[in-house]
Amino acid sequence: MQETAPTLAPAPFEPTPLERALLDRFQRELPLVPRPYAAMAEAVGASEAEVIEALARLQAAGVLARVGVTVAPNRAGASTLAAMAVPKGRLDEVAAFVSSFAEVNHNYEREHRFNLWFVVTAPNRARVERVLASIEARTGLAVLDLPLERPFKLDLGFPLRWS
Amino acid sequence: MELTPADRALLAALEAGLPLVPRPFAALGEQLGLAEHEVLSRLAALRAAGVVNRAGLVVRHRELGYRANAMVVLDLPDAELEAAGRRLAREPAVSLCYARPRRPPLWPYNLFFMVHGPERLATLRVVHAILMRTGLETVPRAVLFSRRRFVQRAARYGTPAPELRQAAA
Repeated sequence: MQETAPTLAPAPFEPTPLERALLDRFQRELPLVPRPYAAMAEAVGASEAEVIEALARLQAAGVLARVGVTVAPNRAGASTLAAMAVPKGRLDEVAAFVSSFAEVNHNYEREHRFNLWFVVTAPNRARVERVLASIEARTGLAVLDLPLERPFKLDLGFPLRWS
Repeated sequence: MELTPADRALLAALEAGLPLVPRPFAALGEQLGLAEHEVLSRLAALRAAGVVNRAGLVVRHRELGYRANAMVVLDLPDAELEAAGRRLAREPAVSLCYARPRRPPLWPYNLFFMVHGPERLATLRVVHAILMRTGLETVPRAVLFSRRRFVQRAARYGTPAPELRQAAA
């Protein structure tokens, strides 16, 4: 695996033991107490200041998107997963247009005829539909609207395997 | 649970993440005109009601080397959907699993699940092992690996702006 082409993405970020411990233990269990970083520190045997520093480093490295919450789909608003089959030569342009909507919170290229996949989230369903309609009107391409029908498992973080 | 305007404002304020200061809930409360204990009790209530399904570190997997993200889609008979979804949900390597509508003839698939792995081949092996264990190996399917990420950010629920906001329109 060492001789792979240099055009590949850079080596993944290497977290320190403290950073690993935080990533392993606190993807789901943010302590809801006045000093959450002190509570985390106590659990992993560090100081509050060290935890805050470690989280700031993870954030600067792009590994930590945020310390925050995720909202269950359709509990605080409306959302859908949308897909488009975009001609190869137009993918950058269409992806940039889709990303320009504040209501779009995930937008990925995938390997399939339906090659652009994005999530639209808004306070209500009508606004989700307006976003999809605007995208269809502007691009001239059809959008598959695939709202959640039944969740079996939602993203609750997952155990990271450290090499 | 009906969300109050204060709940929506709280979720909106959290979109950017909790500040990295010793008393982040107090800082959040200051923005919102709420006391620290009110912020904490509202969050605990939202969590208990299941509106907030996760509170903690939100990780970007690609930056940690999890570059092969496979979205597996299956075309299952409707009567088998529920049982298959439950079996898949019990697989530790499955991070997400849900039913979505078919859009025939373009899109025949009604069950989705997600697997993250360090690279493609290893991830495909995990996907196949899961399909064997759950008895779904003969179900028509497609595996869609992610290629480029254009956007990954917090969903916005609280923004009251009536018009579509477009940065680059």
